[in-house]
Amino acid sequence: MDRYAYSKRFDVKRYPGFLLITMVCLLILYAPLLVVMVYSFNDSLSITKWGGFSLRWYVDVFTGLEAEKYKRAAWNSLSIALMAATVSTAMATAAAIGMVRGGQFKGKSLSFGLISIPIMVPEIVTAVAMLIFFSTIGLTLGYGSILIAHIVFCIPFAYLPIAARLQGIESSYEEAAQDLYANRWKTFRFVLMPILFPGMLSGFLLAFIISLDDFIITNFIKGAGVETLPTAIFGAVKQGIKPNIMALSTLMLLFSVLMVSLSYIIGRTDRSVDSKSNKD
Amino acid sequence: MAAFGSGSTVSRTFAPVRNWLLMPTWLTVGIFMLLPLLLILVYSFLTKEFRGGVIWEFSLAAYDQFIFDRGLFGDAEPSIEWTYINIFLRSLVQATVATLFCLLIGFPTAYFIATRPPSTRSLWLFLITVPYWVNLLIRTVSMKFLIRESGPLNQALLGLGIIDTPLEIINTNLAVQLGLFYSYLPFMVLPIYASVERYNFSLSEAGADLYAGKWTILRRIILPSIKPGIIAGCILVFVPSLGAFLAPDLLGGAKTFMIGSLIEEQFKGNAGNWPFGSAASMILLSLVLFVLLFYARSQAREQL
Amino acid sequence: MDEINTAISIRDVKKRFGDFIAISGMSFNIRDNEFFTLLGPSGCGKTTLLRMIAGFENTSAGEIHLYGQPLENLTPNERPVNTVFQSYALFPHMNVAKNIGFGLHMLGWSKAEIQERVEQMIKTVELHEFAHRKPAQLSGGQQQRVALARAMAPKPKVLLLDEPLSALDLKLRQQMRAELKALQKTTGITFIFVTHDQEEALTMSDRIAVMSAGEVQQIGTPTEVYEQPANRFVAEFIGKTNLIEATVTEVQNDSVVCKLVTGQTINAVTAQNHSEDSSGVSPSANIIAGAQGHISLRPEQLSITEVSSSSSGLQGTLGEAMYLGTDTQFDVNLSDNVCLTVRRQNSVENSNLPEFGEVVELSVAQGAARFLAG
Repeated sequence: MDRYAYSKRFDVKRYPGFLLITMVCLLILYAPLLVVMVYSFNDSLSITKWGGFSLRWYVDVFTGLEAEKYKRAAWNSLSIALMAATVSTAMATAAAIGMVRGGQFKGKSLSFGLISIPIMVPEIVTAVAMLIFFSTIGLTLGYGSILIAHIVFCIPFAYLPIAARLQGIESSYEEAAQDLYANRWKTFRFVLMPILFPGMLSGFLLAFIISLDDFIITNFIKGAGVETLPTAIFGAVKQGIKPNIMALSTLMLLFSVLMVSLSYIIGRTDRSVDSKSNKD
Repeated sequence: MAAFGSGSTVSRTFAPVRNWLLMPTWLTVGIFMLLPLLLILVYSFLTKEFRGGVIWEFSLAAYDQFIFDRGLFGDAEPSIEWTYINIFLRSLVQATVATLFCLLIGFPTAYFIATRPPSTRSLWLFLITVPYWVNLLIRTVSMKFLIRESGPLNQALLGLGIIDTPLEIINTNLAVQLGLFYSYLPFMVLPIYASVERYNFSLSEAGADLYAGKWTILRRIILPSIKPGIIAGCILVFVPSLGAFLAPDLLGGAKTFMIGSLIEEQFKGNAGNWPFGSAASMILLSLVLFVLLFYARSQAREQL
Repeated sequence: MDEINTAISIRDVKKRFGDFIAISGMSFNIRDNEFFTLLGPSGCGKTTLLRMIAGFENTSAGEIHLYGQPLENLTPNERPVNTVFQSYALFPHMNVAKNIGFGLHMLGWSKAEIQERVEQMIKTVELHEFAHRKPAQLSGGQQQRVALARAMAPKPKVLLLDEPLSALDLKLRQQMRAELKALQKTTGITFIFVTHDQEEALTMSDRIAVMSAGEVQQIGTPTEVYEQPANRFVAEFIGKTNLIEATVTEVQNDSVVCKLVTGQTINAVTAQNHSEDSSGVSPSANIIAGAQGHISLRPEQLSITEVSSSSSGLQGTLGEAMYLGTDTQFDVNLSDNVCLTVRRQNSVENSNLPEFGEVVELSVAQGAARFLAG
């Protein structure tokens, strides 16, 4: 479409000022993050005055007074995210195959509604619901309750990319596998899963990030003594923003950027394979 | 035969085991999500216990407190209690303003990105989505740091001589607005981007050919064509803004209290009131379901 | 027919999708070692029938037997038939050799056996250099060969081909026709070939089942379905023909005398059922005087001659001529609204063409006029 050689003045696509608004948009999105990143290298004890470049707060995060607390919180966050993402991706894969390849069946839209509840319901309501549920059945709040909650609200986030990818895969691959004597499991294992894998990977990554990101629900059901990184940071920030929090935030920020870059790269290489298979 | 080759033939490979494939998800979401939501409804009709939790006795006290300050069934004269209703109204206003703000900035941004050449388009999109992947708490804390009275924003403005006294942004509605905008902007940009990308630009050319000016084309041709994306974006911003907790809690003050904070307060420590918190959650949930229902109906109409 | 010679037996098979009847009941046999084609326009039920043989669809009623064994309770992976899919459905994550060996791997062949058979198949379809390429790195024609090799590697009793040539360009398609036919001859596997392309069906098949609207219209050899169409649908679908409304005035032994709507009379052969086991064919034996129907005249069976007083043939006005390279196509108007198409080969001898608007006579080749009831 861009090959149409319009002069810029007559390009019907172009609107004056849109570039400026986009820049403002990016400025608002990035300014706070960049400022925190910069100030995390501030040598000064005061968070307002610039006292020269230093890595002292990064050292503080790993060896300071609160290092143990943050290490434990980081371990909880990462281990819960890993398990929640794995379990929810497995369930979402099965569910996506059932929904996308199951044809028309009674309760299909009901099933879809059920899967998407955790996305539709406001987080604070989910948090209340789970707190009430766990206290009603008498489950001690802690690591286990956090893990269960994370698995549940990760399911729709894992489901969406997997189902989207599956919808783009012709069912003739499965038929071909069956035609060539593969049973149902082998059809999944050797044919459908390898083709579906990029979708499963992006579902997994999304679920992983969503789990790492969660504050509200975790804050309600974490019980006493168990902290994840967001709840630990929230507790610390309530006392005021300290430089070591900015260093920790910067580290988490870089981790997130790494993850999103990873999924971006996966998405790109995957698309390049697709476009090749489309040309004849 | 194409109609049957792709459309109505389902893979008979997995259709027979469909229920088994869906079972784990049905059970997990059913037990740990649907059931708890129903429990909220039950709890909202129970009697509060003073150290948190409930006594299993039917009571309308929670709703009574919400609307009439326990006047209808309590001992005081029944009069409408505005405190909580005002908090809800404020949340509605905040969410609405945040949605409009996101739309105002998000639409031109989405449009701009979607009209980039394909080579740079995904890079722009990447730039917009990166902040979304960064932890929401960290983003909100960063915003708090930036706009504090003695924070970098004020320092810069003072240093440049643009202002004489520091701007008091933190703890105001504006700060909460900024926080909400910042939290949910990518939700507005992405669906609109998807719509604009699918938009057939020869329609704009046809409009120009038929003597429409650029802004007329935007208003009469582009906007109606990408309406579904705009509605989706608005829902995606409005719903989480309505129940937001972090932005009002960290950036706002007592005057900017929103539903999320009200609910959270009821479940923290001994001062809480679980039935009241449950009732407030039910009211918030009904508002959200109302919005989603409206959305589903508009989608259904779109398909006709 | 001899049971042993029957590869596939379709018995009263019906298929409905909800309210839509895809196959409204058909019975016929496909012989062992035969290149059998299901030919029909899209929506006629040919792909559905193929998918029922493969096991991707259930039959709503009736039975399908493979060498005498009912297939009803067998899932696709239990049926000793293989399919070449219209889209090829080559597994994108496996290279050519892995694709071809997939079925053997699933059947539990040993590694050495698989390797040997895969090499043999790669040789058969001439893809030596491409064994380690992924499907996406192959051209359409090469993908087609891989699909063929993959489906034939497990030595199926019957090979099902679902419009396998439709994605190829014309030149490649014509080349593949010859190769497919040769492959069928050398391997001796029964081929069931689905297509909507009558030229494909005529050039490759031993027998063709012409299908329309979920019914078999005629089963016969290419010559039979072309030269002796059983009904109006077959006559129109296969090749080009002129159809003129006519009424039977006199029934003779194996032919009838008809009066055309334009007033002329013509001798015509009646449609006869030449194949042993076809269904849905209107019987021709009981045609009586006064029956309404159509006369079918193939354009190449007509020739334009000068008007002679002695002849009793068809006369008309010469209309537009269209030069087609090997042939020239003429319009001849028998009356104001009946126009026949005539094809004449462009050769040196008959280069003196009549002029536009001249009255000409059409002579009909012996036995070329066919009366089709209905």
